[in-house]
Amino acid sequence: MPTALVEAQQRWRAPVRQHETGLPARAGVGLKPEHFRHILETLPDIGFFEIHAENYMVDGGPYHHYLTRIREHYLLSIHGVGLSIGGETALDLGHLNRLAVLMERYAPQSFSEHLAWSSHGEVFLNDLLPVPYNARTLQRVCDHVDQVQTHLKRQMLLENPATYLEFDASTMLETDFINEVLRRTGCGLLLDVNNVYVSGINHHRDPYATVDALAHEAVDEVHLAGFTQEQDGAGDTLLIDSHGAAVAQAVWQLYEYALKRLGPVATLIERDNDIPAFDVLFDEAGQAERLLRAIAPKIPAREVVA
Amino acid sequence: MNDQQVFVDALLDPSQPVPGGLVTWNGSNPLARFSVYRNNVIASLINALADTYPVTQELVGADFFRGMARIFVSTEPPSSRVLAFYGASFPAFIENFQPAESVPYLADVARLEMARVRAYHAAECAGLSADVIVHALTAVEQLPHLLVGFQPSMLLVRSQYAVASLWAAHQGIVDMTTIDPYVPENALIIRPDLDVDVMRLTDGASEFIQQLLRGASLGSAVEQASLSDAQFDLTGTVSLLMRTQAIVSITARTN
Repeated sequence: MPTALVEAQQRWRAPVRQHETGLPARAGVGLKPEHFRHILETLPDIGFFEIHAENYMVDGGPYHHYLTRIREHYLLSIHGVGLSIGGETALDLGHLNRLAVLMERYAPQSFSEHLAWSSHGEVFLNDLLPVPYNARTLQRVCDHVDQVQTHLKRQMLLENPATYLEFDASTMLETDFINEVLRRTGCGLLLDVNNVYVSGINHHRDPYATVDALAHEAVDEVHLAGFTQEQDGAGDTLLIDSHGAAVAQAVWQLYEYALKRLGPVATLIERDNDIPAFDVLFDEAGQAERLLRAIAPKIPAREVVA
Repeated sequence: MNDQQVFVDALLDPSQPVPGGLVTWNGSNPLARFSVYRNNVIASLINALADTYPVTQELVGADFFRGMARIFVSTEPPSSRVLAFYGASFPAFIENFQPAESVPYLADVARLEMARVRAYHAAECAGLSADVIVHALTAVEQLPHLLVGFQPSMLLVRSQYAVASLWAAHQGIVDMTTIDPYVPENALIIRPDLDVDVMRLTDGASEFIQQLLRGASLGSAVEQASLSDAQFDLTGTVSLLMRTQAIVSITARTN
């Protein structure tokens, strides 16, 4: 990591990192198979790539072939979508073991998962489902985060969710709930700014107040993504965390606000549906880097390749 | 029953009521919001099937395919968090899906497509060089007792229908109008490097390979292949296997 980045991180983030390595305070892009060859042919100047762990839980083939080569040139974040940390049933040990194999193989700078559940018993639902915020869920989530960190022998980051419904059984604010998980387990926070905005609109909460309320010192990565707009049963706006569009202007503004609170932090452009040409995502990452540089001029400008 | 089980049941079955205890800031009926989760679950799983089975989808059209997949998804949701192989039982489901009866080859085309996905993600294993293979096959007295090991990416789909040609037609490799779907075909699926190949095999060659895959000795495989196909061409089949780097081991049976 360039010295300037190390200095910038040390300056902004006092607490001791559990890992000496981490993601740089630069912009990264979600790695998509459509872009494997282009990335290796052009080696774009980008801070890091992020993969979905589950896509690489296969024995061999092109996914591992290309990721191995890309890893030789870039820093990596592994982001899980299948651990079901908010699940009522026990964590799947087979899945934890498969994660451990991936960590060993690719030595990522970061591992993150969601505050959500996605499976129940033998059924995997392939979606990030909401949990009520109360003492019972808190205990369960903390137990699961502890188990993950112990099993993988590393700190994980927990991502705040985008939700469409709330529970009668909730007794805590989402921000208090998350802060308490961070405090009890020592895990980091993956602040998904798009999720903050989407949930803010969906539940009539102020997204800026949500950013203010979350534990800033725990934020090790930010996610930015696009949403789509629908209506709920009363005709009010309902935003869907679709990962299928460009980052919205309102989310860029919230990101800029968050950066002033957080200082420079690794920022991912997420796109999982309607995947455009790599350069479209690269340009969005460039926008994030301009905002990162605006608050931390020491971050080197991208190399301009003629 | 616990809360998440109620949620699961309602997600997979739209005729179930929305789970209790859900609230909205504006007091609106939670159905519209719950439906977002329902749609995410169902649509993402249907999309996973569509990714695995593109030719199956083209053969019946997107509407029919998605309707069929919708029923499959709610009766056989994934049990693994690794979605790459979700729908391994979809071909068997198609076989028993009455509305698809008029397309009897659909299930076998789906089998070929799942085999391609398995080959795509299979582990790599160094193929034996031609020299090593030729050398192993020169020990004449040992020959009948040899066992042959193949690449994990090698799979065989044997069908009463022209599965390999139907698949090729949908890649633009073959003209669809020239294909009689009711001609039996055997397809060899293998990934020599990064790309998955689909090749048509004779009955004899596929019987030979199938016997070897089941652990039969070389002698026994040749015998079975010749019995099933008088035209069985051992030299041609072995050279095809060499060309595709399919053979990873040749060992003498120990017993």
